Amino acid sequence: MPETVTLSVSRYRPEREAEPVFQDYEVPFRKDWVVLDALNYVKDRLDGTLSFRWSCRMGVCGSCGMMVNGQPKLTCSAFLADQPPGPIRVEPLRFFPVIRDLVVDLTDFLRKLKKVTPWIVREREQPLSEGEYRQTPEQLDAYKPFSMCINCMLCYAACPIYGLEPSFVGPAALALAQRYNLDSRDQGARERRERLTEPGGIWECTFVGECSEACPKNVDPAGAIQQYKVSSALAWVRMLLPRGGR
Amino acid sequence: MSMSHTPYHPRWHRERISVWWWLGSARYARFVLRELTSVFVAFFALVTLAELRALGRGPEAHARFLELLSRPWMVGLNALALAFVAFHTVTWFNLAPRAMPVRVGGRRLPDALVAGANYAAWLFVSAAIAFFLLRR
Amino acid sequence: MHRITPLLWLLFSAGGTVAALFYPVHLLLLGIAFPLGWLAAPGYDSLHALVAHPLVRLYLFVFISLPLFHWAHRFRYTLYDGLQLKHLTALIACLCYGSAALGTLAAAYALVRFAG
Repeated sequence: MPETVTLSVSRYRPEREAEPVFQDYEVPFRKDWVVLDALNYVKDRLDGTLSFRWSCRMGVCGSCGMMVNGQPKLTCSAFLADQPPGPIRVEPLRFFPVIRDLVVDLTDFLRKLKKVTPWIVREREQPLSEGEYRQTPEQLDAYKPFSMCINCMLCYAACPIYGLEPSFVGPAALALAQRYNLDSRDQGARERRERLTEPGGIWECTFVGECSEACPKNVDPAGAIQQYKVSSALAWVRMLLPRGGR
Repeated sequence: MSMSHTPYHPRWHRERISVWWWLGSARYARFVLRELTSVFVAFFALVTLAELRALGRGPEAHARFLELLSRPWMVGLNALALAFVAFHTVTWFNLAPRAMPVRVGGRRLPDALVAGANYAAWLFVSAAIAFFLLRR
Repeated sequence: MHRITPLLWLLFSAGGTVAALFYPVHLLLLGIAFPLGWLAAPGYDSLHALVAHPLVRLYLFVFISLPLFHWAHRFRYTLYDGLQLKHLTALIACLCYGSAALGTLAAAYALVRFAG
């Protein structure tokens, strides 16, 4: 097993360069190290100017998403030993504007997340006297996978449509919309549908499926969006029927 | 940091997506190949339409059409079309359970089972059609 | 245009299902096995009699038209996303769905005139 491995890291310092450049660092090759460990080694011992985000280092916060050898990964979960031999390329998360080095701007995602009203929408709040909103295990099962999203945005970095179409709301936001649509306590499906069937919504998706491949939490946003298409198409047909199919 | 600042900060770096983006990875390339199966689907729809019209015009017209179909380049083209159409079938059935999950008694059926049911239907339908066309 | 997107997607889905289920065997027989003589093709008279049946003509109408709309929808997105022809989006949509509509009309015409 080699002693060291080369990390080829994308650097972007707007105050001195117009385009990102790669800078190589030799880091120890430990079989229990992940790319995040190597990046922290660089920052602590080799080059304190390197900028990147991280937090929990255990795959639940969603902060450390970056491109590792061209694939969107949580750097806290990408083992050095799992990479093919040779230099390991580390770049900022694709399809987001780069602020500096490996740090990207997430404003677009946050704006789109708000657009899907990712909370329980009620026509009327149940008063306390009526007790809790009760839910069976089957009702929970209906939306649970879609609730596991940690907003890490690897799916956005994997989705070519998000890269090509700036108005596209994107996989995670739409999966979260479905999470609430399918929640038995929620009554906001219609208003979400009106907003998300406009241009930039679910119909931009062509089921490439890379979002679900990239997702570290098995949310399957691609499946969520296809199911959303089916339910929206059926709702559209019902609208055509007399009295809206009621 | 205010959310009302311009989304086009001049010093942020924005990648330009090349028109060859889909050659960037084997998975993207396979996706585009899947999408291109639709061209061969349309091709065969038109071949079927052409045969129908030849059939309607009489035995000579139909015989000429069959002769065209048996030319080596046409058989080659149809073989290529068959490969693409088969690829469409496989990708369609494999993805169907994710678009329409089947729930039985509150539990979701495994994707492989639903896909398998699609393949079974395909075998049945193909056998029925072959039976119809071959017994004459 | 975006108000009828659900309809276009439904046509795409229905067409894709028809193509997935029915096209492989038809293509194998009519495009390869019969021309190469691997299997005996039906003669002109029996084929004509088969197609003359109203249910068979209905089947053939669905067989041709729905997959054409499947192609139109999918190809439109392929041109839009793959070749990034954003500025031609309306033209592409018209050409794609328009050709599918033309093919559908041609199929309807050919099939309606078949009886006789």
